[in-house]
Amino acid sequence: MSEWAEDVFKVLSSAGVRQAAYVPDMGLKNLIELCRADDAMTAVPLTTEEEGLALLCGAWMGGDRGVLMMQSSGVGNCLNMFSLTRTCEIPLLMIVTMRGQHQEFNPWQNPMGENAQGYLETAGVTARMIEDAASVGPAVADAIGPVFDDNARIAIMVHQKVMPVKTFGK
Amino acid sequence: MSNNSESFPLRRREVAKALLADRKDLVVVGGLGSCAWDITDAGDHDLNFPLWGAMGGAAAIGLGLALAKPDHRVLVLTGDGEMLMGLGSLATIALQKPRNLAVVVFDNERYGETGMQQTHTAFGADLPGVALAAGFRTVGTVTDQAGLVEALPVILGDPGPVFYTIKVRAESLAFVLPPNDGTVLKDRMRNALLAGDAGTTG
Repeated sequence: MSEWAEDVFKVLSSAGVRQAAYVPDMGLKNLIELCRADDAMTAVPLTTEEEGLALLCGAWMGGDRGVLMMQSSGVGNCLNMFSLTRTCEIPLLMIVTMRGQHQEFNPWQNPMGENAQGYLETAGVTARMIEDAASVGPAVADAIGPVFDDNARIAIMVHQKVMPVKTFGK
Repeated sequence: MSNNSESFPLRRREVAKALLADRKDLVVVGGLGSCAWDITDAGDHDLNFPLWGAMGGAAAIGLGLALAKPDHRVLVLTGDGEMLMGLGSLATIALQKPRNLAVVVFDNERYGETGMQQTHTAFGADLPGVALAAGFRTVGTVTDQAGLVEALPVILGDPGPVFYTIKVRAESLAFVLPPNDGTVLKDRMRNALLAGDAGTTG
């Protein structure tokens, strides 16, 4: 189901990512566990997503590559802090797992689910929606060079249909 | 609660100079607003990262630096308003237990850049209490010169994470502006930190 998590982890690992910052999502469960288990990475649980943008600014200045993982609702929390990332041209690699898209049980997820990609683009982050599991790893791999060699800001968004459906026990 | 921060004895520019007087390879993040001007007044430096924005992010930037450069002391110097916007980052820092990170709040109980409105600390919000409860190893409050002299070696040398509030006078001071080009500020810090680190990923 989520072999894409292993694909992404291998890409991050071989790219030398050292700081893995996240607010959890069910869709990210396996990827987070892989990052936490890796001695070469420091997993940094955040209290809110925009902390991760600040963290990765410091990480980059200190020579560490990083990744920021969140669910789509977290994109909204990041908006003002994208000013830091953009003004300072900090490399940014985000993995965003989607809610409010496909068989969503919780309507409160819909506003951010419908708009997260647009908000990212508006904030100057290239946002690529990946709709099949096999393409997630390659999409992250394609982002590594532009991000860490050319200071690009890229979010790989994983479509909700790639992930398990949360049913709230129904 | 106290409404008298205009008569606090410690002056922020002098405290900044005392903190940075013998800085060597100390890495300094200056929070948005007055603290960015304070660290610049003490002497602009490649290892200064003064913030012109990113309110609420100073402490987390310091954490990223501290994790990346464990052999460097990292000092985040920020204001009470800026810290209040990023309280969650104190929990994020405490979880990581960076031994090389100190967060110091210059607390004048005001939003200094927007008209000197009172912040929550003027009504009793206890920032060191928050840091302690979040899990910081060492916390303290400084209100006068004697306290400052005692706190300096703790802030600059004790195992972190360290959090100090330094109560400073609410005063309007001349701007002492650092470069405002974020790419310049980022690159000078990164280049200085990576010099001699041949082979470092990044």
